[in-house]
Order: sequence, then C-alpha cells, then structure tokens
Amino acid sequence: MDAQAIIDTLTPLVPGASFEAAPSVDFATVYVPVEHIVATCQALRDGLHFEVLTEVTCADYLPRTPRYEVVYHLLSVSKRLRLRLKVRVTADGTVPTVQSVYPGAGWLEREVWDMFGIVFDGHNDLRRLLMPEEWEGHPQRKDYPVQIQKAAQTYAPLELTEEQFRANLDRDRVKRPH
Amino acid sequence: MAQADHTHGLDHDLPILTSTVEKVVNWARQSAIWPAQFGLACCAIEMMAMVASRYDVARFGAEVFRGSPRQSDLMIVAGRLSRKMAPAMRRVYDQMPEPKWVISMGACASVGGVFDNYAIVQGVDQVVPVDVFVPGCPPRPESLIYGIVQLQQKIARSRM
Amino acid sequence: MGDIRTETMTVNMGPQHPSTHGVLRLVMELDGEVVQSVIPTIGYLHTGIEKTAEQKKWQQVIPLVERMDYLGAQSNSLSYALSVEKLLGLEMPQRVKDIRVLLAELQRIASHLIWIGTHGLEIGAVSMLFYAVRERELLLNINELIAGFRFFPSYIRIGGLREDLPRGFHAQVTEFLDRFPAKIDEFEGLLTKNDVYRRRTEGVGVISKEHAYAWGLVGPIARAGGSDYDVRKYFPYSGYETYDFKVPTATEGDVYARYRVRVAEMRESVKLSREALSRISPTGVYACDDTRVVPPPKDKVYSEMEALIQHFLIYSQGFTVPAGDAYVPVEGPRGEHGCYVVSDGTNRPWRVKMRAPSFMAIQALPTVVQGGLIADVVAVIGSTDVVMGDCDR
Repeated sequence: MDAQAIIDTLTPLVPGASFEAAPSVDFATVYVPVEHIVATCQALRDGLHFEVLTEVTCADYLPRTPRYEVVYHLLSVSKRLRLRLKVRVTADGTVPTVQSVYPGAGWLEREVWDMFGIVFDGHNDLRRLLMPEEWEGHPQRKDYPVQIQKAAQTYAPLELTEEQFRANLDRDRVKRPH
Repeated sequence: MAQADHTHGLDHDLPILTSTVEKVVNWARQSAIWPAQFGLACCAIEMMAMVASRYDVARFGAEVFRGSPRQSDLMIVAGRLSRKMAPAMRRVYDQMPEPKWVISMGACASVGGVFDNYAIVQGVDQVVPVDVFVPGCPPRPESLIYGIVQLQQKIARSRM
Repeated sequence: MGDIRTETMTVNMGPQHPSTHGVLRLVMELDGEVVQSVIPTIGYLHTGIEKTAEQKKWQQVIPLVERMDYLGAQSNSLSYALSVEKLLGLEMPQRVKDIRVLLAELQRIASHLIWIGTHGLEIGAVSMLFYAVRERELLLNINELIAGFRFFPSYIRIGGLREDLPRGFHAQVTEFLDRFPAKIDEFEGLLTKNDVYRRRTEGVGVISKEHAYAWGLVGPIARAGGSDYDVRKYFPYSGYETYDFKVPTATEGDVYARYRVRVAEMRESVKLSREALSRISPTGVYACDDTRVVPPPKDKVYSEMEALIQHFLIYSQGFTVPAGDAYVPVEGPRGEHGCYVVSDGTNRPWRVKMRAPSFMAIQALPTVVQGGLIADVVAVIGSTDVVMGDCDR
C-alpha cells in the first residue's frame, strides 16, 4: 500500500486529522498532526493490523522551523507492510505519548527526551535514560557540541541519607526474646 | 635466583635456595595475578578469547577471573568508559585490596579511542592510576598477554 | 512466630557483574527469593555513536557503526550500507550480494556461539564457553583472512565491498562449514537433554507472541513464541529471496524454546552459507559500477589520471548522497536491526539512528521476570541475548 492508500483508509477512522503523504525511497511515509498521533496509532493498530512499533526517533533540523521531526516506524506482520509516521514538533512543543497503544514506546520516548528534550505528555516515567541523572543539556541537538572538556566524575554519593542508613542498621539488629 | 652469586644462590650440598625477601614476594605476586572481571564492551570479548583455550592466559598465572573485586589483584579495563560508568569504576577500584594494578586495554580505555565526544572519558587514567596501556581496537589476545607479561616484569622490578 | 520479618529486600545487581552481559544495572525488590520488581538502568556504555557519526563522511561511519553491536558487527555495517545505497539508488551486482549473504550468515553463527557460551556459563555449564570460543576462533580467522582484522573487518562498504576475496577463502570457509555441524551436535549433546539445564530453563521467562509484539520485540525472542517474522523472508534484502532456507520457530516462548530456536538457526546458517559459497566465484566483481562512490583499484590510480582524480575526490571530500531518509532493516542475530539514515544532500550524514533490538529486550525485562526466582533473572537475561553496546549505542 502506498502512502495515499493508507491516508484514504485512515481519514474516516481519525476524524479531523489532515494527513499528508511524504516522498520516500523505501516505504510509505505519512505526516501526522501532533494532536492526532495517539488516535492514529490506535486506528493503525486495531483497524489496519500494524501490531508492532519498532522505532520512535527524532531528527533535529535546526535552522528550519518546525525544528524537530519525531519519526515512528510501524510494522504489520500479518500484512507484510511497513509504515513511517512523522510528526513535526516546534522547538518548545510537546507530543502526546503513544504508550497506551504500544507499551514498547516507553523507553523509546524517554530516549528522545534525554537526547533532544522533547516532552511527551502523559508519559509515566520521563527521566534520563542514557545520560547520567544530573546531566544538563540534550546531547543530540544540533547546537550541543560533540566534544566537551569536562573532568570525569569519580565520586557518586550514596543513594541513602545518613538517617536511613542508621535506621537500616538498627532494624537489622534483631532483638530476640529470651 | 640460581646464579653463582655470593649474595644468594643454590647450594648444591644442602637443599636450600637463598634469595632476598623482596625478590620472593615479587615473584609470588607476579606469578599469580588474578584479574577482576571488568569487561565493558568489545574488548571484553577479546579478553574472553584470551581466557579460552587458544590463547590460554592461565599459563601466565591469571588462573581465574574473580567476580568480586575484593578478591582480585588486577583490573583490566576492557572497553570504552562512559561518563556514567566512571564513578562505578572508581568504586570497584577502591574495593580492591593492595597491592593492585590496572591494565588499560584497548584504544578507548587508553585515550578515548575512536570516540572523541561528550559521552566517553578520554582515557581511564583520569579516574584510576594505570600501570600498562595496551593499544589496539580491540587488541589481539596476544597483545594483551604481552601487556600482562610487561606488568609481571614491572612487578619484578618494584620495591616492596 | 509473630516475629518473622516480611518486608522486601532491595538488592542492586550493579553495573559490574559477571552475569549481566555488559554494564547493566538492575535494582531488584526481593521477597525472599521471589522477584517483586526489577528496575533496569542502562546508559553505562553510552558512546554517542550517533552524534559522532554526524561529523564524519559517509564512508567513515562504517567503523563507528560496526562497534555498536560488537558481536554482530557485519550486520550493523550491512544495514547502514543498505540504507545509504537505497538513498543513492545503487544496485549491487549478484556476486556482491552473495558475498554479503555469506558474511552475514557467518556473523550470525559467530554471535550465536558467544551467546551459547555465555548463556551456558551463567547457567552453570562452564565448559560451554571454551567449546564455543574454540569454534569462534575459526570464524575470526576467516575475518582476518579477508580484512586483516579479527573483529571489525569494515569489509562491507557503501557501494560493495572493500576489495576482492583473497586466495584460499573458499578452502578455509569450506573447511569450517564441513567441521561445524558436528560441533553443533556436540553442543546439543551437552545441553539439550541435560536434566539440570532443562529444569532451569523450561517454563522460565515465558514471552508470548502478543507480549513480544506489544513490546516491539521481533527476532529469535518472538520466533520462540510462535511468530514467524524474519526480515529475510518478509522484506528480503541482498538477494535472500533466491535462497532456500527455513526459519525455525517454537511455541512455548520460554528460555528453553529460545535456546532451541537459536541452535536451529545456527544449522540453517550453515546451509545458507554453503549455498552462498557455491555461488561465489573465487575472483570477480566486488563493487558496483558507480565511480562517484567506489574508489578505483590502486594500479589504475597510479597510472591513469582520471582514476587518480576519482580516488582523490572520494577520499578527501567524500561523495554526496541525495536528500531524504531511508530505513532498510536486516535480520541481525538479535532481531531486526536497522539504520535510519537522514541525508541533507551533503557529504556528511544529517542523522544516523540505529534500531537496537537489545534496547527493546531490556525494556520488556521487568514484565518477564516478575514473580520468578532470582536465579531465573540471570537465565532470562542470557536467553534474550542482550548486548549493552547495542542497547546504549
């Protein structure tokens, strides 16, 4: 199925959304407006049998607005089809999460947040995945430098406070009745 | 140790070998270096190949790779060290009892390798003191064995 | 009796651990030996390959991308080369396709050998590692023969291969392929009917087909649960549609089923390699005809002016790729491996994103081991064959 056929099938299932076919060299690519992405994924999974979400990623096209494009790769095993959905996101825009449709999107969206800084509304656990917890900046943006001068951090504080540590020790001293 | 030296040597009449304490201790330390498992990335696979039967490193004394750093002498940093991993590596190094040595295996551990970017520490000697650097990407198992032999010679030269 | 303590214990299976296949951190809540919850933390091997690749020219990305999933190196470079060739619109000659198929299948065997070695080691069959690495040394000898380097040959390039096959290639590969099926029988004799191994792996870590699809797992993990999705059959690339091979599947979805699927895949790879080898002539064409992309042979560079200019242009400023994006997946040893490549028309990539099957496997891990025993966590991680370089990139 090419992009136009998919758009024709999707338009009655997702009312109000204006899809756009994009040129591509490998398989069908459709631009989806950001507010309709969850409904589109739901329709694709239930109506058109796209069972597997293989990839959620992002590309930063810095001098251009809108700056980011979040890309979803879907796979239909039963129909032997692949599909690419693209969502244009502005520099401070947010995208609703598709976790409710495809649970596998959880960490993929977390990685997009970690690397690009795009917030996913409704995500249950949006924090750093690949970079250390207290890292600042989003490394794969085009305005982040590739090489940085930074001393290696060699000390990581314990993840407990001193009171908790002492409380754990006291708890472990079992007092047996004699 | 078996030279005809007037300070130490083999006495042919009595079954006695004499030497200095320092030499004996260094000989014991160099002949049985037990590494801690610290394989990070691709170099870890070459380290496993070194342990296996073709390039058997047990002949050189590294009989077992200990799982716990508290029971090992040597830390072979095999692979690229990311900034997130650096504190964990320092903690593993601190847990090792003295005397301890570090071999930095591969280009990524020595100088950052192919990856000159935000995520990789450009050389593990920013985090731990290194005794021997072994170049390669990944170094052949023979290179790593040569590195271990160099370390053994370094231990033989050291003062107690 | 009322004094028995019942709270859960939090145990950290830290980044440095013999059984975590690299640097993976698991924080586990345990109720005795039963796992209540597992929170994995990754990122300890994050290398920034994708960002570094944006600074390199198209051909220079191949060694970077090979070091990502370091056990399936040739399948990484194959997926990247296929995506860029799709953007360039290049069609490979049949001999190049056959050689690529052969290398991909040999790489699959090499990766599965390390898998079976480390999986056996963690379950307790320590000698499996030595047997498996012994056979892998022969495959690394073949790599060394074609490119001089054991691990990351960088032999598959955009536009074809780096150079022609060396003398003695056919003999050495035939020798390996003749020897190997007996060795698989030896490995199976050690593990398949072993009562201890079966009790540790049967019924453990069940991943059904629907569970796998929901979490984005495709590859040996899904095939052990009943799926028959294999990129080589569904979306054939590099001439796979002309080969005759089966895709092994199982239905139970537990660790033992994944073991059986991978061992059967090794046997199928041997058959595929034999067929590919019979189609390859000892010398012949090793790259496509496009002179902008493929460097000319060295003897022409030293004698012809045109070849000298072509060589200079390719190695100094590189070739440009038309703007657009492409994604061509391959069937790597771990599942669907693909490289999403975005080009803006210049001589450097704009964005390179590798799809990592191990990433999805670790994401699904908490749902699989919950309620099981702590010893099963090790078995499940081993059976999903995760490689942290692939997961963290």
